[in-house]
Amino acid sequence: MNLVGYIGKSVSYSVAEVGAVFILLCVAVKRIPKAVRQKHLVVEQMLKMGVGSIPLVLVTSVFTGGVAAVQAAYQFQNYVPLRYLGSVIGKSVVIELGPVLTALVVGGRVGASIAAELGTMKVTEQIDALETLAIDPIRYLVTPRLIAGVIMLPIITIFADFIAIMGGYIVALVGLGINTHVYFTSLKLFLGGLDIFSGLIKAVFFGIIIAMMGSHHGLKTDGGAEGVGLATTRAVVSSCLLVLITDYVLASLLFRGVFAG
Amino acid sequence: MNDVMIEITDLTKSFGENQVLKGVNLRVNRGETVVVMGRSGCGKSVLLKHIIGLMKPDAGRIVVDGIEVTALGGEELIEFRKRFGMLFQGSALFDSLSVWENVGLGLLEHTDLSEEQVRRIAREKLELVGLSQVDDLRPSELSGGMKKRVGLARAIAMDPPVILYDEPTTGLDPIMADVINQLIRRLQATLQITSIAVTHDMNSAMKIGDRLAMLYGGRIVFEGTPEEVKATDNEVVRQFVEGRAEGPIPIYEE
Repeated sequence: MNLVGYIGKSVSYSVAEVGAVFILLCVAVKRIPKAVRQKHLVVEQMLKMGVGSIPLVLVTSVFTGGVAAVQAAYQFQNYVPLRYLGSVIGKSVVIELGPVLTALVVGGRVGASIAAELGTMKVTEQIDALETLAIDPIRYLVTPRLIAGVIMLPIITIFADFIAIMGGYIVALVGLGINTHVYFTSLKLFLGGLDIFSGLIKAVFFGIIIAMMGSHHGLKTDGGAEGVGLATTRAVVSSCLLVLITDYVLASLLFRGVFAG
Repeated sequence: MNDVMIEITDLTKSFGENQVLKGVNLRVNRGETVVVMGRSGCGKSVLLKHIIGLMKPDAGRIVVDGIEVTALGGEELIEFRKRFGMLFQGSALFDSLSVWENVGLGLLEHTDLSEEQVRRIAREKLELVGLSQVDDLRPSELSGGMKKRVGLARAIAMDPPVILYDEPTTGLDPIMADVINQLIRRLQATLQITSIAVTHDMNSAMKIGDRLAMLYGGRIVFEGTPEEVKATDNEVVRQFVEGRAEGPIPIYEE
């Protein structure tokens, strides 16, 4: 195929894809009033997303905090006193590492499972079956996942932030000889409400991205087992990419726009 | 009672280059069962999905009980589907739900009945298809024939006036296939349901159909009662009914 044709096709495919996700999001949001009446569906998804992710997030966060401490201590050498270690770890975890790493890990786990579940339902005609029972698949399947994502991602992020700061604390205490009082004093020194707020705003967006990418790719699955595999891969890859891109956009908006004055 | 329940006029549908339906015309009277026969991949399931509004035609009209399906969208379409029950080829049971929840899902979603009441109705419907003691099992714990019967119980759970069957006997052993045939017959006799079944199982078609229609080359090429089908000299129908490789139907579609 010639290059122009290829580029044209890719561009029109991408535009169509963005449009489809946007429409799905709009419909899913429109169905929120109906979906919240069926709390059990939302709660089920919240448990799957939240409770199921705890072990994974726990391990990721402990080591993230730990490595942040080790790296910061190395960078500080001879320039910055080690007693400021807590501030650096706190800020970097709460603003950036906590929300983004949580979203990447949860995106891999939850995004994949949403895409695989909805994809299997699609290829085994369960989605069609829902429609023949006069049940809107978006209201029944997508909206509960969207609500769960928006609520759970910030909660998991708070948990991850806390664990990462504790991971950093353990390394600081055991490996670097910084005592408890010094670590937590410097942690509080620069950490403001806005830092925490910005991290949680990011987490809300990441929750939307993970739920929507999983749902979109799941619902448009075709072609049996191979199609389900493809949908799963696409859901994970696209949600990871979108998380990183959205992170940059939000950081620019928040820290160079809103917060900067 | 000979009024028309379902009327399909000049229905066409293409997937890419491939025109599957090339102008299908079919009428189904109230309380009647019409079986659409045809080879695998000839567009039988596509036809069913158009009737219930899961697919949109390129051209043509479908009118069910005075309502034009093809003109509906959104909420209206969802409301319209409450008139239907559908049995899927692979049963399409929801594997995250138990058997009784599968059967009762429509009731749980659309009525104010309590969980206990829905459970009771689900159990009644399951008994109607000859199943008991399976309420709390998962679909993955059932055999193929049981899944089909649960699918059938789900299709009749809301007492719909119309039921669509997509290959009701495919993949079942001959005895279980006949059990399903008898069930379908009995449901029609007792509940006065209008049905369309698509199948390539001639045995089943002859047993459950009041009338049979042959879908070939994207059109209905023959319609008649089971007796008329047996007596016809239409070569296409003869070849299909007798299951011969030789005849006017090409083995590989172009």
